[in-house]
Amino acid sequence: MLELRKDLFADERDDTLNVVGKSVQRQDMPGHVTARTRFFDDHAFDGLLHLKVVRSPHPHARIRSIDVSAAARAPGVKRVLRAADVPVNKNTLLSLINFGKDDEPALAVDKVCYVGEPVVAVIAESEAAALAARNLVRIEYEPLTPVFDVEEALKPGAPVVNPTYPNNYFEYHERFDHQKLRFGDVEAAFARADIVIEHRYQMSPIEHAPTETNGSIAAPEHNDRYVVHTCAQGLFFSLGTTAKIVNLESNRLHFIGGTVGGGFGGKVDSLTEPLAVLGAMLTGRPVRFVLDREEEMLYGSPRGAERIYIKDGLMRDGRIVARYVRSYFDAGAYTRLSSYAAIKCTAHIPGPYWIPNVASDIHVAYTNRCPSTAMRGFGITAVDFALEVQMDRLAEAAGLDPMEFRILNAYRDGDVKPHRRVAKNTALIECVQVAAEKANWPLSDQARRQSSLVGGGTGARAEIPATVLDQRGQIGRPESRGAPATGTLPAGAMRIPLTKEPVMEGTRDGRAAPVQVPRYAPAPAPGPAGPPPAAAASRPAAPPASSAPPFYPPAPSPAPVAPPPVAPPAAPPTQHGAMRFSSVFGTRRR
Amino acid sequence: MAKLPVQLRLNGADRATFVDPAEPLLTTLRRGLGDFAPKYGCGQGTCGVCTVLVDGEPQLACLTLAVACDGRHVETASGLADGPDMHPLQTAFMAHFAAQCGFCTPGMLTAARALLAHNPHPTREEVVEAISGNICRCTGYEPIILAILAAAAAPGARRA
Amino acid sequence: MLDVRTCGSLAEAAGLLSADRQAHLIGGGTLVMRAVNEGRLTEGTLVRVTDPAFRQMNLGGPRIELGAGVTMAMVLARGELAFLHPAARSIGGPAVRTMASLGGNLFAGPPYGDFTVALLALDAQVVLQAGYGGGRAVALEDFLAARARGGQGLVAAIQFARPQSPGDFRFRKISRVRPKGIAVMTLAAHLPRAGGRIAQARIAYGAMAPTPIRARGVERALEGKPLDAVSLQAAAQAALEGCRPATDAIASEWYRREVLPVHLARLLAGDGR
Repeated sequence: MLELRKDLFADERDDTLNVVGKSVQRQDMPGHVTARTRFFDDHAFDGLLHLKVVRSPHPHARIRSIDVSAAARAPGVKRVLRAADVPVNKNTLLSLINFGKDDEPALAVDKVCYVGEPVVAVIAESEAAALAARNLVRIEYEPLTPVFDVEEALKPGAPVVNPTYPNNYFEYHERFDHQKLRFGDVEAAFARADIVIEHRYQMSPIEHAPTETNGSIAAPEHNDRYVVHTCAQGLFFSLGTTAKIVNLESNRLHFIGGTVGGGFGGKVDSLTEPLAVLGAMLTGRPVRFVLDREEEMLYGSPRGAERIYIKDGLMRDGRIVARYVRSYFDAGAYTRLSSYAAIKCTAHIPGPYWIPNVASDIHVAYTNRCPSTAMRGFGITAVDFALEVQMDRLAEAAGLDPMEFRILNAYRDGDVKPHRRVAKNTALIECVQVAAEKANWPLSDQARRQSSLVGGGTGARAEIPATVLDQRGQIGRPESRGAPATGTLPAGAMRIPLTKEPVMEGTRDGRAAPVQVPRYAPAPAPGPAGPPPAAAASRPAAPPASSAPPFYPPAPSPAPVAPPPVAPPAAPPTQHGAMRFSSVFGTRRR
Repeated sequence: MAKLPVQLRLNGADRATFVDPAEPLLTTLRRGLGDFAPKYGCGQGTCGVCTVLVDGEPQLACLTLAVACDGRHVETASGLADGPDMHPLQTAFMAHFAAQCGFCTPGMLTAARALLAHNPHPTREEVVEAISGNICRCTGYEPIILAILAAAAAPGARRA
Repeated sequence: MLDVRTCGSLAEAAGLLSADRQAHLIGGGTLVMRAVNEGRLTEGTLVRVTDPAFRQMNLGGPRIELGAGVTMAMVLARGELAFLHPAARSIGGPAVRTMASLGGNLFAGPPYGDFTVALLALDAQVVLQAGYGGGRAVALEDFLAARARGGQGLVAAIQFARPQSPGDFRFRKISRVRPKGIAVMTLAAHLPRAGGRIAQARIAYGAMAPTPIRARGVERALEGKPLDAVSLQAAAQAALEGCRPATDAIASEWYRREVLPVHLARLLAGDGR
């Protein structure tokens, strides 16, 4: 049974948790058991029309011609929608926060990029009539060579999946073909490590398989608005997306949701709302667009596949001295949320461990697969699986118990993480200790005595090492992927200084907006092997591998934890809008 | 094509409507008669969220022809409560947290109701079998199994 | 648009089906209505049969005859058919079993059609009615071999001999999900014994070919042999003869081929797992 361990972190907790440990009835439970809960589809409308889409049978093909004449004449058909009917037929979900370029049509224009991509929508008096008419739409395709493998897709000369990103990668900060993390000097640390271990990991796509399939009903409402009943997990996210695609002011959309028949991340893509609203606008009647089970399973956007390479430098005493992660997110044909997944992944590296030298290159690659999206911890799940399997392998290589090995390398309060932030409220050590206890797993006395509150933020654990920089993976220059280091950021540097030049960019509505991404000043002068500039702290990046530090970090005495030695970074200049989405920009929010 | 009249007794009340010839009962109940308790989940007999009772036997409304139900008794989860008084299955589902998103709940309740009507004191294995055609994606089956077993032990559970 | 015709007699339904290529018999609806819901069947006529003969069960004599409209739930309700209960219970949940018919199961594509596997191991015959004429019985194996071509007429009933000893009949559906799942494969065996030796064994597989198939190699290997380690070994060696399994969402062709001999050995050895 669940147990609240108040003894752990007792002094950190404001102990007013008067609900934990008690059963409290869900407020929606009476509705569920009486079947009165209204899901999006549980609303009656007079004159309800039904929308079904014709989907691409090809993973990659040019559309030669579309003939909807027979479908338009079929019994019960009210309207057939094609790409030209969609007011703003190009969108990317995160455009609402000015992140990424519009790359995905609501209905395919001149080519299809994955099996199941919507091409034509048929709106009819009944589902049966819409299904029958759907079979009458004639589309001629010219198949193109598809690419299904993330690493193949990034090779020069690979088929172009998504014309908005012609090199098959998402473009980070208009500079790099991947999301970069650099902390210390991993190459130097690998060279000094006793053992270097590298493995490849892979995770397949996972479908959310909600019991309720994706769908929505849109209907003309009084006051010149449209009411939309939807299963959307992010109701206002979906409202904004829909408003953009159908080109309405958002105050003309009245979204009603909140009851979701299983989401798990698979209902954030606005798969149905824009076309349902457009259908209601063009027919003047309520329009219902619901995916059937096959569509949900095959085209309802899964958790994306990932391929991950992890290389670790290990000392015989069990300390990990360097970790390099190179990974590839399979976005499928369009971006959706994969660009954000890679950022979350980067933020998670190197896992909950203190490692003095860390680097990662996280790529988002486009392939001719169904676009992938959010799902329960997306961005983290696969890399965490890979990291923990790797941890077991490292423990074995070091001849250590895997639980003890984790306690040894766990981060502790006050440690500086590769993202140049100070670890707070860490608890891995206690989790492992409790897990070992519950599983009757023997731990050494020394491991049992360790605490997240003690030993962190001392010595090298408190410092930002001199960090080797590079320009690998510059946009449009795949040959730069193996390029050498170009400079060293001095030890202690929190960030590359921002350029003083103000940059304003236009947005789609023509109004000036804050710059999407901070622009950096030129990187410090090359010279990775040279000494750090005078202004830098004098301590080397990593403790010399030959020295034998204590097995566990020393406990400072007396016991109270030292305040974090590194001051939090100054708050960034106030920006609004996009800045709310702090992890995209790496700014700190408190 | 002309619509066909269908008359049935839905949760004890005589109802009539017109249907397309090949219309599934699920569409008739939801769109024709306004009973939204049975849901659409798969349209292929895999998920059980459209489970209803036809003449007391569990059936999947998505795979049942509406015209085949002419003159028959159809019961859904909407008819489980007796006015303001909940059925023991409903109170047991509440007490055991046997619903999370609630989408599978009407079908689960109906499957459980069919079980208890035939077998008032089921074993755990019989409960598992009774809901083996109903998929739940978020609650987890254990609270549902416990709720049905608890309802079976409660007075009045056989009330149809 | 689809139309529906309700027929009070089997002959009327058979006549409609042979006169109209776009007419489809609808039994329990678990196959046909799925096709309707998914938009694969949008034109033609659905033919319903309300003839009581369609759901009749003759269980009295040594030869059993079951109407094609008999449901899995009806099989489970009859103690005389206890040897078929594991096969009937392997089909869906209670709601599917109230609807799904024996006749419909003969048309279920792989990996479905588990009950048909049991019928195949019972050497069942299918009573077909074409047009308004009388019925004719064909071997289930022949019916399945011709299934893809269609047009064999209306399946009116299924006949088979009751096993002499219920213990001679065995059924096993291999799923990856408990308590219910779609078949990785389905195995059935009828192993009549005379003087301790197997005579006229019938072994059938589901999901190992485009239709349920007989395992002729295994049958030959067991013929006239006692069920012992030697014959089990020979049976396992012949297990894959004639198999053409598919790769689908449940299992790969490779996996099905790899595990078939294991599951066959367990079935033949009477291992209850």
